[in-house]
Amino acid sequence: MEFETVIGLEVHAQLLTNTKIFCNCSTKFGGAPNSHACPVCLGMPGVLPVLNKKVVEFAMKMSLATNCIINKSCSFARKNYFYPDLPKGYQISQYAYPLSEHGYVFLEVDGAQKKIGITRIHMEEDAGKLMHDEHNPVSYVDLNRAGVPLIEIVSEPDMRSPEEAADYLKRLHEILVYLEICDGNMEEGSFRCDANVSIRPVGQKEFGTRSELKNMNSFRNVQRALEYEVKRQQYIVENGGNIVQETRLWDDAQGVTNSMRSKEEAHDYRYFPDPDLVPIIVDDAWIEAIRKELPELPLAKRERFVKDYQIPAYDAGVLTADKALSNYYEEVVRLCRSPKAASNWVMGDVLRFLNEEKRDIRNCPITAASLAEMISLIEDGTISGKMAKDIVEKMYKTGSAPKAIIAEKGMVQITDEGELLKTISAIMAANPNQLGDYRGGKDKLFGFFVGQVMKATQGKANPQIVNELLKKMLAG
Amino acid sequence: MISKQEVEYVAHLARLEIDDAQKDKFTSQLNDILLYIDKLNELDTTGVEPMSHAIAVTNAFREDRIVDSLGTEKSLANAPDGRGEFFRVPKVIE
Repeated sequence: MEFETVIGLEVHAQLLTNTKIFCNCSTKFGGAPNSHACPVCLGMPGVLPVLNKKVVEFAMKMSLATNCIINKSCSFARKNYFYPDLPKGYQISQYAYPLSEHGYVFLEVDGAQKKIGITRIHMEEDAGKLMHDEHNPVSYVDLNRAGVPLIEIVSEPDMRSPEEAADYLKRLHEILVYLEICDGNMEEGSFRCDANVSIRPVGQKEFGTRSELKNMNSFRNVQRALEYEVKRQQYIVENGGNIVQETRLWDDAQGVTNSMRSKEEAHDYRYFPDPDLVPIIVDDAWIEAIRKELPELPLAKRERFVKDYQIPAYDAGVLTADKALSNYYEEVVRLCRSPKAASNWVMGDVLRFLNEEKRDIRNCPITAASLAEMISLIEDGTISGKMAKDIVEKMYKTGSAPKAIIAEKGMVQITDEGELLKTISAIMAANPNQLGDYRGGKDKLFGFFVGQVMKATQGKANPQIVNELLKKMLAG
Repeated sequence: MISKQEVEYVAHLARLEIDDAQKDKFTSQLNDILLYIDKLNELDTTGVEPMSHAIAVTNAFREDRIVDSLGTEKSLANAPDGRGEFFRVPKVIE
């Protein structure tokens, strides 16, 4: 039987505010345990949470960037459950009246644009962090994270493959980072994803029973977990079994998903409006003010790169995947005015060096100005492309400017025809047999002579000039 | 009408231990409350916006400025059990 995969994602993104969502405690990661806590986020009786305005503004930015409609009025609700990382016994979230709804982003699927619907975006508080004791039946609780602002972005079940799901996640991640409202760090948990996945026979309208996957802390793991889960469900259905609706945890080491032992009754969160927090009214003026603050978004930048710089869509995709990288590239282009060469050097050598050391473009030893200078030196014939390969590596290792490296190593390209003619004459005199064969019709020997000239000049000869001169001289 | 089973269920969700006599008592009391609330349903509320709040205040915001927290020691001061810089709780693995 042919199956179709149906995937919807719930993404939680930690917002880069200075303070928590309902109190003035710092959100900084890595403080001493329980040092960023106060009566509000510790859930003491009688305290009053007050909403951080920046949280609303950041959430509005993401809503606008993903084409959501921002509701004129929204409010908070209490989601009730007991867990030791949740000091109040409830999480303050949004339920019936979320901040925004009905958005979408586009993915490129098989060369066409595919629209993935966003059901809603809402604001909520994060829970604390639990560490389980390996030897004793106890856990340790750190409430520094309790009350850190999150937005939850819920997609429609619009994705049809694990690959599409990973792609959608990358798009959301990119937008959040471009907006500078989330650092996007998946390992530290500032960007987390749960996935709902089901399968159905091709042609069937109704959705199959879904499982919810958790504990995937990288794009790759999201895709791997989904791929595993799709296979697992197909195996069950093909063998006459039924899928059970349940939450499953991804086990990275084993490469499998395992059922979380579910409690006897399903979750019943008994949501109700939080009487501590008053409704939020968003008028058009506020929305327009936030819209004006939006930066150029990845998709728009990608299109502009293709149009203005005449580079392939693939290149534009790589260069705009990271905002800092796109800024670096644009700075190089501004200084050397060779978009295609700049793209090749950034995507080729610079990214390769950085990836080898898992380094960020922000810490790249080659400044945009240095790279631009080097490209200009190639274009004006001072150095050859081959020499540039060595120079760029030295630039990366030492952080020096290209001219300094060239001066130090005596690497200036030889373009003086008189000097090259002398070299060529000497080579011809030293290789009479090859010369004879070439003149006798062995055209392939041309490469031999080019190689000899390069060897004699330690690779410094300008290749175009060598070609021209050799053609004339060898012809006799 | 609310049943005794529903009272048991809600009590369990709230981690309340109640005995059988209390279950009967709460079932009848909760039903009285629901009956009373039902009376409000007799009012015609056509065209009245639903409200979630008793006071007509909206947009009460706070600026995003850090104020000193309590610090680890004070945060843990009232905890029934703690160790070092952490609260200590019975292990719960879902």
